[in-house]
Amino acid sequence: MSDPSKAPGSPGPGQRIVEMGVALFILALGALAMIGSLRVGIGWGAEGPKSGFFPFWVGLIVVLASARNFWRAIAISPARLFAEWGQIAQVRKVVIPMAIYVALVPFFGIYVASALLIAGFMRWLGRYGWLLTLAVAILLPILIYVTFEDWFLVPLPKGPLEDWLGL
Amino acid sequence: MEGIADLLHGFGVVLSWTNFVYMLIGIMLGVIIGVLPGLGGANGIAILLPLTFSMPPTSAIILLSCIYWGALFGGAITSILFNIPGEPWSVATTFDGHPMAQKGQAGEALTAAFTSSFVGALFAVIVITLAAPLVAKFALQFGPAEKFSVFFLAFCSFVGMGKEPPSKTVAAMMLGFALAAVGTDTVTGGLRLTFGSTELLSGFDFLVAVIGLFGIGEILLTMEEGLSFKGKATGINPTVVWQTWKMLPRYWMTSLRSCVIGCWMGITPAGATPASFMSYGIAKRSSKDGEKFGTGEIEGVVAPETAAHAAGTSALLPMLALGVPGSPTAAVLLGGLLIWGLQPGPLLFVEQKDFVWGLIASMYLGNIVGLVIVLTMVPVFAAILRVPFAIVAPIILVICAIGAYTVHNNTFDVIMMLVFGVAGYFLKKCNYPLAPMVLAIVLGDKAEEAFRQSLLLSGGKVTVFWSSPLVSAIMALGLIALFWGGISKGLNRVFARRRAAPL
Repeated sequence: MSDPSKAPGSPGPGQRIVEMGVALFILALGALAMIGSLRVGIGWGAEGPKSGFFPFWVGLIVVLASARNFWRAIAISPARLFAEWGQIAQVRKVVIPMAIYVALVPFFGIYVASALLIAGFMRWLGRYGWLLTLAVAILLPILIYVTFEDWFLVPLPKGPLEDWLGL
Repeated sequence: MEGIADLLHGFGVVLSWTNFVYMLIGIMLGVIIGVLPGLGGANGIAILLPLTFSMPPTSAIILLSCIYWGALFGGAITSILFNIPGEPWSVATTFDGHPMAQKGQAGEALTAAFTSSFVGALFAVIVITLAAPLVAKFALQFGPAEKFSVFFLAFCSFVGMGKEPPSKTVAAMMLGFALAAVGTDTVTGGLRLTFGSTELLSGFDFLVAVIGLFGIGEILLTMEEGLSFKGKATGINPTVVWQTWKMLPRYWMTSLRSCVIGCWMGITPAGATPASFMSYGIAKRSSKDGEKFGTGEIEGVVAPETAAHAAGTSALLPMLALGVPGSPTAAVLLGGLLIWGLQPGPLLFVEQKDFVWGLIASMYLGNIVGLVIVLTMVPVFAAILRVPFAIVAPIILVICAIGAYTVHNNTFDVIMMLVFGVAGYFLKKCNYPLAPMVLAIVLGDKAEEAFRQSLLLSGGKVTVFWSSPLVSAIMALGLIALFWGGISKGLNRVFARRRAAPL
């Protein structure tokens, strides 16, 4: 991972820049906690310490620790790779379908969205034939339906298809 | 002997048919969860927790704790056969376990791993049986200041004992506390840190965080590494098991030492992972075959597995007796107690005898049943890993999403799960520890409550945390743990100088 390759065109994002970004992101969240705490009051009220008292100091520690992490991140060798572009592409292949899936769930229900996610994965990443893909993609949501709705009596989000089927 | 009577009573509770079936289901599910990438003890339990809301608490905890034992066993299968640690605490098992499998001794390695796991767990359960009631009785006298000091000690241990840089541990942990604070203030009932968003009114649920951080995050890491599961064949049969069992007593010293290390690391919340590494390292240094470690020594399998299980099991001691979990999985179980309407902590031993002793009895039985199941069914579990990742991954993602949804029947939680998942991927890659963060999300409200109550009682003086010998002692221990990195470095230097001087 740490081999300094001097080839033109970087093989992937550097660990340094990512760590700096992560430190800054956490620092921002800490600052946000402090701002939110200031709004509800961080002092001493009728009921003892006010609501913002504890999160304010917590936020301050987050900010201080993140500042230190940022400082340490600067010292990381620029040659150290976070991951290769190919690896990042692999991760994207999960994150993007998952983001679409999460966006679809409120509108189409979890069963239809799950069927699409499984089918997409198997066709796109696994390069399986349509027959197997459709079999798994359709049977698994049915299995989930039976397990959750009939067995555990836990209702899961449904969409137009379930309405049409009258479930 | 009141303890023995209580324990026997506990066995009576467990040995009902329904509870025994739950135990079997729990172990099987647990091993599968431990074998699959992206599903581990903590988030497997987090996903199933909402399904137990309607169950009697004792059955629910038996089911869930057996999933935990199963997951602990399952990690060893993937480590030895596939050289892929299914759980972080089984990384050290790959060092000698996989070379043994390559030499065709997979059966021996698995038998050694499962048996040592069992020994480690049994040792820890005995420690729990003997020590937990005493700790609980002692902790009954705790006021808010003492309670806060125990939380302080637990969190400081993460900073000092963790292998991550202290500033990263602190940042991750305090971020967890900040996330826990979002939503309703449990003391005054007022809202805070929601920034006008209605979705944040109920705050961040730790179950969603666990499923995201450990489940989705783990899948992303697995994708990045582009794993192809190429496993070794298993040749496990009664003869191999018997032969290995005859060899194992030779390593009783390693075993005992690993038990003690494991229990210590599990109770102080350092956790199973460092316990397994430490135990492996010490076994390597003190064994006469030390230089052969890493090439397939059975002792190198015994040491980390014993310690990991001892730690994983003993992590439940502080959770039961003090309400402070020693590991993320124990934290999820603690969250479960709260949901079932039980107040974790010392009062549990007084008010919920059936529950506590039923759980402790199920630890004994669960580990015996678990040992039998894994020894007989390894090929079945190994076959699960041969299902291609392109099929397994979306199914795990769907299961995680359902788990996140069922926490509050809310699709916003599914979105939060994905956010936590991506965050978990980056945090893990940047060497931020996730365990203290999860513990902080679970315990945030309780720690804050104890802190504010203490200040309220003292009229705002911070000196309340140094007001009695007990509080002062725990706080001092906390500070030692917090600065342990620096202290141990200093001690080493002193000892090194002393050793160098006479020469």
